[in-house]
Amino acid sequence: MKISLGKLTFPLYAILAFIYLLIPIAYTFAFSFNDSLKTNLIWRGFTFDKWTNVCQREGVCEAFGNSVLIGVVSTIAATALGTAIAIALVRYRFKFRRSINLLLFLPMATPEVVLGAGLASQFFNLGVQKGIGTIIVAHVMFCLSFVVVTVKARVASLDPVLEEAGKDLYANPRQVFWKITFPLLLPGIAAAALLSFALSFDDFIITNFNAGADMTFPRYVYTAAARGVPAEANVIGSAVFLAAILLVLATQINGERKRRMLMKKH
Amino acid sequence: MAFAAFSSTKSNGSSKPKKTGKVVIALLAPGLAYLGAFFLTPLIALIMVSLQAQDPYGGIGDYIPAFEINNYVLVISEYFPHMMRSFGYALIATILALMISYPLAYFIGVKARPYPLLQKLMLTLVIAPFFISFLLRTLAWKQIFSNESWIVTTLQQTGLLESDQYVVGTPFMVIFGLTYNFIPFMTLPLYTSLERLDTRYLEAGSDLYASPSKVFRKVTLPLSMPGIISGTLLTFIPIAGDYINASGDFLGSSSTAMLGNVIEANYLQINDYPSASALSVLLMGAILILVAGYVKKSGTEDLL
Amino acid sequence: MAKEFIARGADLELKKIRKEFPGFTAIEELDLHVPAGEFFALLGPSGCGKTTTLRLVAGLETPTSGQIFIGGEDETETKPHERPVNTVFQSYALFPHMNVLENVAFGLRQRKIDEPLVKAKEALNLVQLAHLADRKPQQLSGGQQQRVALARALVNRPSLLLLDEPLGALDLKLRREMQIELKAIQMEVGLTFLHVTHDQEEAMDMADTVAVMNKGRIEQMGAPEALYDRPKTVFVSKFLGQSNLLVGNVESTSANSVSIEVAGNKISVPKTRAEKHTGKIAIGFRPEKATFTNKKPTASSSTNIIGPGEIIDIRFTGVSNQYLIEVPALGNITVFAQNVGKSPVTELGEKVWVSWSVEHSFGLSDLPNTGEVA
Repeated sequence: MKISLGKLTFPLYAILAFIYLLIPIAYTFAFSFNDSLKTNLIWRGFTFDKWTNVCQREGVCEAFGNSVLIGVVSTIAATALGTAIAIALVRYRFKFRRSINLLLFLPMATPEVVLGAGLASQFFNLGVQKGIGTIIVAHVMFCLSFVVVTVKARVASLDPVLEEAGKDLYANPRQVFWKITFPLLLPGIAAAALLSFALSFDDFIITNFNAGADMTFPRYVYTAAARGVPAEANVIGSAVFLAAILLVLATQINGERKRRMLMKKH
Repeated sequence: MAFAAFSSTKSNGSSKPKKTGKVVIALLAPGLAYLGAFFLTPLIALIMVSLQAQDPYGGIGDYIPAFEINNYVLVISEYFPHMMRSFGYALIATILALMISYPLAYFIGVKARPYPLLQKLMLTLVIAPFFISFLLRTLAWKQIFSNESWIVTTLQQTGLLESDQYVVGTPFMVIFGLTYNFIPFMTLPLYTSLERLDTRYLEAGSDLYASPSKVFRKVTLPLSMPGIISGTLLTFIPIAGDYINASGDFLGSSSTAMLGNVIEANYLQINDYPSASALSVLLMGAILILVAGYVKKSGTEDLL
Repeated sequence: MAKEFIARGADLELKKIRKEFPGFTAIEELDLHVPAGEFFALLGPSGCGKTTTLRLVAGLETPTSGQIFIGGEDETETKPHERPVNTVFQSYALFPHMNVLENVAFGLRQRKIDEPLVKAKEALNLVQLAHLADRKPQQLSGGQQQRVALARALVNRPSLLLLDEPLGALDLKLRREMQIELKAIQMEVGLTFLHVTHDQEEAMDMADTVAVMNKGRIEQMGAPEALYDRPKTVFVSKFLGQSNLLVGNVESTSANSVSIEVAGNKISVPKTRAEKHTGKIAIGFRPEKATFTNKKPTASSSTNIIGPGEIIDIRFTGVSNQYLIEVPALGNITVFAQNVGKSPVTELGEKVWVSWSVEHSFGLSDLPNTGEVA
């Protein structure tokens, strides 16, 4: 098989690009095994200790726990609100469509500093105490638009004739939604929920403006950055990364398996 | 925009939208009301705070409602370099991201089309950096290019760097970090656009005697323009407001402070809320102008 | 809320139905009565309003004005899930997230009927697909999906079954098989079928009554043979089969017929087969009813003759030859000749006379567009 040089350039470039993209991940992962003391700047030796005793470092697990809690609550709220909007946008005609599209788009386009500062000012004016609650409120706000975008794509690909068939077969509107629409939208809603969780979990700037003394994982890393981020943070970061990759791989494999099964026609 | 890359969108043209009704209001109202309360109102609050004046009877951080347009004048004159720097860094980083991402997106979206499984794998690799904390990956670069790292020492030894020059804290490092962090934002919209590119257009081009580079310039580039535009917007806007990369604790130093750093400092450290808000409003205004330009050209339906 | 659905068909009545959409009117005025137990076809080109009519009966649209009666009950305002009507959709609309058995059982479950799966299995037996009960719809071929869609509708024993071009996506052989099967099922179960199609052969083959729709109105309705033998409008004469049309003023009338003169030829039509008896009328005849000869036939009061004309095109379609004959001042006339081994004069350029029996003429109520003759 003749391999011309021209044909190699693209794959080679892609490989280099991927290496570039993955270097920090590899670095973070590697240094999660570093037998470090206070800071994690110099390689001292390989150890599993940080993985097995990750919560011994003060504050890490608490911050992680907060991030998960905030992520879950924000995701549920943002997914519910956003799915409703997505369905409305695709399936119904109404006035003010342009303004609504704009309103939904702007949070995605607004810099996080502006969102964070604005919301913080708002809480201050209302006299609301900053805490986990305000963080959740902030996260739902900026995740909403992303949920709408993701679910909207899925709703658009759902043939309305299926819902008409449901009505024709004696299902009332509520039954049509739960037995036909919702199951078929589920992959899109799941994708939106995952996206929302990821955005919430990794958010720093908006969180920083709207948190009181509560620590989320990104906040922990930021405040530790000046002194030196402990290896335990690397552990958590790597663990989350691995979990995410595994989840994506699992969904891909499952999807492929389903596709193969359906392809077998009779 | 970009997030079409996460799902396969073959929208059904036969759907006839239903009329307005109570259902629509029930579906839209909660979410929109939420955005109204927690997005629009804060923006308005920002504008109001930006016009506040120092409370003559209060201490630091006490302000009273006023109409101090002067705040804006002060803020612009004091932070003009930072604005220019933000704009400049964002522009360079966006261009770099575009140059790096385009061939990659082309490879995944066009060249790898016969291998859908490989496409999915590569897309996963592109968004993989998102799965690790933004801060951690920026810190990783800081470590890799730190003053004592072997990269820097090698560069110093070979004379590419002066013996007392370092990489971290320079504009180069900040732009490097910004570019890196936002490459996925550029790659995904480009991929979406290129994935839909009908290769028969390219074949027609070469059938009509155009050389490969001409085909690229006259066929591929214009057809992928929607992806380029949305990718550019999605990249430029967040970079303009970023402050992590440029912050002293990460890749920057006090000489690389961007607009975001200034806003953060004013708000959280100096407690100069009017200045911070005025800067935020200015930043938001610049972005709105960009978005308005986009909407005028392409309408609002493609935004989402 | 489960209504008692009768196992016999119900009749359908549409009174003064009008349906407007923003920007256009889909149905101008529609009055229709489909007797119970009948196989009724709604035939027309795309955009004529037939699918809209179907959706109105199903309840998926509401009429701008007018009423819909099913089995004597006014169902105009009832929601689709409360009507004793089921639809077989053009795209089948099988639920992709359920297997075949669950698809068929869906309607039964919604109505809380006992033993839904048992009944679903029976329905699948009826369409000979019981062995595919566990498969997902995407694993089935087009013909199989269509039969599942049919079973899913039939299992509910609706008084009225609506079919929206259900055979459109099937290949010819499969379509013929399904036509026979559908008709057999309808007659066996005694349901009322309302079948919407643009395929005139299908309509004529399967239906007891055909209604031809055009631009939101029913132009003509009746048994297929009656419609074919005696179309009443230009549209029907052209949509159902082919027609040659001759236009002229009524010059003479006799006790039984009216005649027009066209380019020196006297063309007659029996009064009982003519919609209009005075003024400018169009008289038509079917290509298969005419013959042509090289010598002018003897004049007779029971035969219409036109010519001389020249054969300008001959097409071989297997079953027949189709001849295009140009008659000066009359235009082009089409004649079909069945291929029985020997054929009349068949050379291009031959000079021939075309003749047909007066009894086979039909007189239309309207005129073709100017310039159009054949």
